[in-house]
Amino acid sequence: MAVLDILVYPDPRLKQVSKPVEHFDGGLHAFIRDLEETMRAGPGGVGIAAPQVGRFERIIIVDVSGKPKIKHHGRLILVNPEIISKEGSAVGREGCLSVPDYTGNVARAKFIILKAQDEFGKPLEFHMERYEARAVQHEMDHLEGLLFLDHLVSRRDLFRRQTQEAISSKAKIP
Amino acid sequence: MKRWFMLTLVGKDQPGIVAQTTRALFEGECNLGEASMVRLGGNFTVMLMVQFAGDEKILDELIGPVCQKFDLRHHVDAIEGELRHHVEPEVRITVYGADRAGIVADITGTLAEKGFNILNLESDVGGTPENSIYVMNIEGVAKQGIEVIEETLQKLAQEKGLETQLEPIDTLIG
Repeated sequence: MAVLDILVYPDPRLKQVSKPVEHFDGGLHAFIRDLEETMRAGPGGVGIAAPQVGRFERIIIVDVSGKPKIKHHGRLILVNPEIISKEGSAVGREGCLSVPDYTGNVARAKFIILKAQDEFGKPLEFHMERYEARAVQHEMDHLEGLLFLDHLVSRRDLFRRQTQEAISSKAKIP
Repeated sequence: MKRWFMLTLVGKDQPGIVAQTTRALFEGECNLGEASMVRLGGNFTVMLMVQFAGDEKILDELIGPVCQKFDLRHHVDAIEGELRHHVEPEVRITVYGADRAGIVADITGTLAEKGFNILNLESDVGGTPENSIYVMNIEGVAKQGIEVIEETLQKLAQEKGLETQLEPIDTLIG
């Protein structure tokens, strides 16, 4: 077990697209253990993607179970994840282990249906919402060479979106 | 040794102000830090952290020609500034209602009493001239907890005929 070094932007490797996992072997399992240890070593990290530690394969770990009062599926090891449907949009604040000392507002789908494999190649499917769905979308971005910096919503935009939402939600009340 | 200054510029908005002021600063060997630029009532406004080896007077002279060209008023303050001193907001508050004098004072006064520290505040006036709407978005830190703020804010909103929304900001680190 080891805590791996995290690539930090502007390292160009973070902009690289990762390859699907084909071999679900002991090497993969050992790597996943290290990846999880790396995620848990940082303060407050709820997810990590393999390319963040320089392994360009489609593996992410998400665990938002430490957050109070939210729906979640516990500790998730997701290999070759794929979002098969998305619904709604919400703005939330994100930071990243690979982007120290900066957080920003990002719009993500509120609800997703996710297909993936576990570390043994067994197929998985989840219906996820809000915070957990956001974490999965954030990590899956890394597999495409994207960072939350690629989806920033300006403070002023956020302001307009929220105001519109607030006004239209009030207007719906008969 | 380079020191930080806060440069404030205000004037009638027109294209090219940002490009030409920042070019003049760059050519004068200044380094820029955090900035906030916004158009307020048709005015160009910016507050800009500028790192510079000289004093206020030299910086003043450096920016002088651009200010003259665009008819901008400017102000330079030496500041105790540092980068990477971000404080993460914990709560977002949206307030809106029919525009009248005193909304900001009422809301922020109440928030201050309950130990709320404002980090960002943005407001705008919309609607028609006969029926103006005041909209305000605040982000900050609730030292005495979010429940205290929520309760007081709801009471105040009812008394003053305002709509308020309070939402915790849970920054996702992944």
